[in-house]
Amino acid sequence: MNSVFYLISALTVVGGLAAVLLRNTVHCALALTVAFAGLALLFLDLDAQFAGFAQILVYIGAVAILVVFAILLTRGSETPKGGVYSRNWPVGLVIAAGVFAVLGWAVLQSGSVLPHETAVPVVTVRQIGNALMDRYVLPLEIVALLLTTAMIGAVIVAMHEKEGQK
Amino acid sequence: MPPQDLIISSPFSITQMLWLIPAVPVVAAGVTALLRQPKRRTAVTLAIGSVSFSLLLSLVAFVHMVVRWAEGFCVHETVNFTWIQVGATNVELGWVLDPLAAVMLVMVTFVSLLIFIYSTGYMKHDENYTHFFCFMSLFAGSMLGVVIANSLLLLFMCWELVGLTSYLLIGFWYQKPSAAAAAKKAFLTTRVGDVFFLLGMVWLFAQTGTLLFYNGGTGSMEPEALAGLLAQPAALGLTAAGAISLLIFAGAAGKSGQFPLHVWLPDAMEGPTPVSALIHAATMVAAGVYLIARVYPLMQAGALAGGTTTALTVVTWVGASTAVFAALIAVAQNDIKRILAYSTISQLGYMMAGLGMGGVAVGMFHLVTHAFFKALLFLGAGSVIHGCQDEQDVRRMGGLKSDMPLTFATYSIGMLALCGFGFPLFFSGFWSKDGILDAALHWSVAKTPFYMLVLGALLTAFYMTRQVAYVFFGHWRGHKPAHESPAVMTVPLAILAFFAMTLGLIGTPAWQWFSAFLEGRSACFDLSRIVYPEFLALMGTSTVVVILGIVLSWRLYGDRSPKPEQPDVLEKAAPLVWRWLRNRLYVDELYEVTVIAYYGWWAWVADWLDRRVWGGVVDAVAWAFRGWAQLNRFLDSNVVDGSFDKGCDELAVGGGLLARVQTGRVQTYLRVLALAVMVLAAILIWSSRT
Amino acid sequence: MTPLASYLLVAALLFSIGLAGALTRRSAILVLIGIELMLNAANLNLIAFWRYGPHPEALTGMMFAIFSIAVAAAEAAVGLGLVIHIHRYAHTTNLDAMNRMKG
Repeated sequence: MNSVFYLISALTVVGGLAAVLLRNTVHCALALTVAFAGLALLFLDLDAQFAGFAQILVYIGAVAILVVFAILLTRGSETPKGGVYSRNWPVGLVIAAGVFAVLGWAVLQSGSVLPHETAVPVVTVRQIGNALMDRYVLPLEIVALLLTTAMIGAVIVAMHEKEGQK
Repeated sequence: MPPQDLIISSPFSITQMLWLIPAVPVVAAGVTALLRQPKRRTAVTLAIGSVSFSLLLSLVAFVHMVVRWAEGFCVHETVNFTWIQVGATNVELGWVLDPLAAVMLVMVTFVSLLIFIYSTGYMKHDENYTHFFCFMSLFAGSMLGVVIANSLLLLFMCWELVGLTSYLLIGFWYQKPSAAAAAKKAFLTTRVGDVFFLLGMVWLFAQTGTLLFYNGGTGSMEPEALAGLLAQPAALGLTAAGAISLLIFAGAAGKSGQFPLHVWLPDAMEGPTPVSALIHAATMVAAGVYLIARVYPLMQAGALAGGTTTALTVVTWVGASTAVFAALIAVAQNDIKRILAYSTISQLGYMMAGLGMGGVAVGMFHLVTHAFFKALLFLGAGSVIHGCQDEQDVRRMGGLKSDMPLTFATYSIGMLALCGFGFPLFFSGFWSKDGILDAALHWSVAKTPFYMLVLGALLTAFYMTRQVAYVFFGHWRGHKPAHESPAVMTVPLAILAFFAMTLGLIGTPAWQWFSAFLEGRSACFDLSRIVYPEFLALMGTSTVVVILGIVLSWRLYGDRSPKPEQPDVLEKAAPLVWRWLRNRLYVDELYEVTVIAYYGWWAWVADWLDRRVWGGVVDAVAWAFRGWAQLNRFLDSNVVDGSFDKGCDELAVGGGLLARVQTGRVQTYLRVLALAVMVLAAILIWSSRT
Repeated sequence: MTPLASYLLVAALLFSIGLAGALTRRSAILVLIGIELMLNAANLNLIAFWRYGPHPEALTGMMFAIFSIAVAAAEAAVGLGLVIHIHRYAHTTNLDAMNRMKG
């Protein structure tokens, strides 16, 4: 493994850690963005260029902004009373550690069946487009519908209701 | 000729229809009892009509018997039938027609009819008029049943019925406590006798296997059965025959008021006078004498010629003692009916003595004549009471011979008949009593009963004269004036007086028709027999005794009418003796102290047992049940309910505990989810490891 | 350690971090942030398997990841909308306070 990978991984992990550990919620959102960026770089490292750019476009360009908007609309920038951690937070930590342990163990003990090196796949956007229209047309349509619904839903849910219309 | 038995098969003979004689009055009583409203006319018609019908049939039966007698037969005509069959044993009932029964039938129905007619006048103002005639009809039917019974069991059943009607009629005015008590006393005292009667009956049935008197040779009064009874020894040197006879006599003694079971008869005077006349003078008390006459073959069984049996000896002594005992008490009584009651007891003693010493004919003759003149005396007393507006104390009467002449005339005839006044040979009591005295004189065992009976005759004359002097002579000592009774009451008196005079003629020594009829011999009329020396001596003796008694009494009580508050002449002379006689020789008080006190004590013990012991047991059981119920309740509410409640509480607590899982917080759910997935993944990965 | 294994480990680490954040932070938005991290870790897993898998020319893994990104975007939108809505009524994003579904 090359050092690029280690660097990008470190960045991503730090970003993630920061995203869950920082006190200020806005800082967390920004750290999340860093994590998203790191992931995008990892995708690029994995020769999944389209996925990487899609990641940047969607996640950093939309989701992160959305999160920031939500934080600002809910006055999340203020430090909450009673600390940032929920009740009995060590329990959650333990569980998360347990999950990591299981996953890690699964990965490590199955190392023999995993391949070492394979050829670099060449994926063009044209191929992806063809695939979308060909094999994955149904999921495409469904996702389109989903996105429409989600948009409408989000608007309705977050809309201010007039007084007396409850 | 010895008596023959005939079992009658022809359906039209009087014997076949004999059962109607008691049945019709009983049915009349039943109809009267079922009447909705008191209908006096109907009740009287039914009563008198039924007894008249019975009288008619009885006369037919009597004539039939006389005809047979004249032909030379002496028969017992019987009709028997089986009543109960238990395995191989049969209980049979039946009725019999023989001279004894025929005579008794005519006497009972005739006297009953006259008394019924008399009662229509006497009871006119009573509100329970229909009840009276209902009970009287029932009595008449039961008494007639006793007379014709061929089975000791049937006789006993009718005997008990007679006792019942006596109870009902003595206690007719039941609102009076003394009347109710007297009825109870009568019933209980006769019951004591009846227990012995029942014992004798059962023993007889056990020994002979039959209770029929005459049954074509197999009856219990017939030689075969009697021989069997004589062969059986019982206790105290008696044979079974003797023992059974004594037991049956005990029953008769109760019913006929022999000492010591006589105590109920004077108290029975609480009933209306017609009742006293019919039941306690003429008929029911005579039932005991009739019973002895009926079972005479049994009583006489084993007697050697000219001798007598133990049973008959006992009968004689009891009879003679009762005769004297009652006559003594009668001297000191002041109630007009009570004097007559003790007189009845005394005369019943005479009858029993006559049966014991002289045989059936002697005793029965006195029974028949006594029925007539005693009924006459009682009805006369009733007339006097009615005329004096219900006054019964002789010391408050007097001089009634001018106010109530008819009553006086008939009463005097009755009184003279009772005393056995010999002159002018008309009075029936003279002949019947002389018959008894004659038998006593010739008794083989002892002469003492003769002297007792003569003393009794003296006393009878004495107290009857005293009574007549107090009531009819002297001057009136009552409050309101007296008046004569209506014709419906005096006509029966006259009829009875006629018979009191003439009935004696069938039993004189000159013409011994009565005894011949009963014993199946022929009788011839021979006037010269009267002047046989033995008869003449006896007749003279009895006449002298009676006149002595009358004269003595007249001298003391004569035309004087002492005031009621003054003591009696004899009382002044011998106060202690008078007091003893006045208080009836304290027999009632003796019973009170001994028997009744004994039973009272037992009753107290039984009551204590019942209340304390059994009551205690019941209470204990109830307490135990209640305790058990409490325990159950405790268990139910505390253990069962409690455990159930506790269980439910625990469940609720557990539920509460479990509900804590639902915190409502999303992160808790997330954690659980993550944990579960982790565990699942671990398991899956572990299991797929190869 | 194969390259694939290292990518997978990184993804596992990111996933756990995201899970930890979702389970321990008090604010609802931070839970959503955690969820986004988890989704991204899963995407990384998918791409890694596509790259080192037997048939990368089938584009299966890539497509899956692209669709996952799209769905994640939609889900983030709706989720954040919900958080805003709840904030309007509860005036807080504190998850501990939202326990009206308590049993």
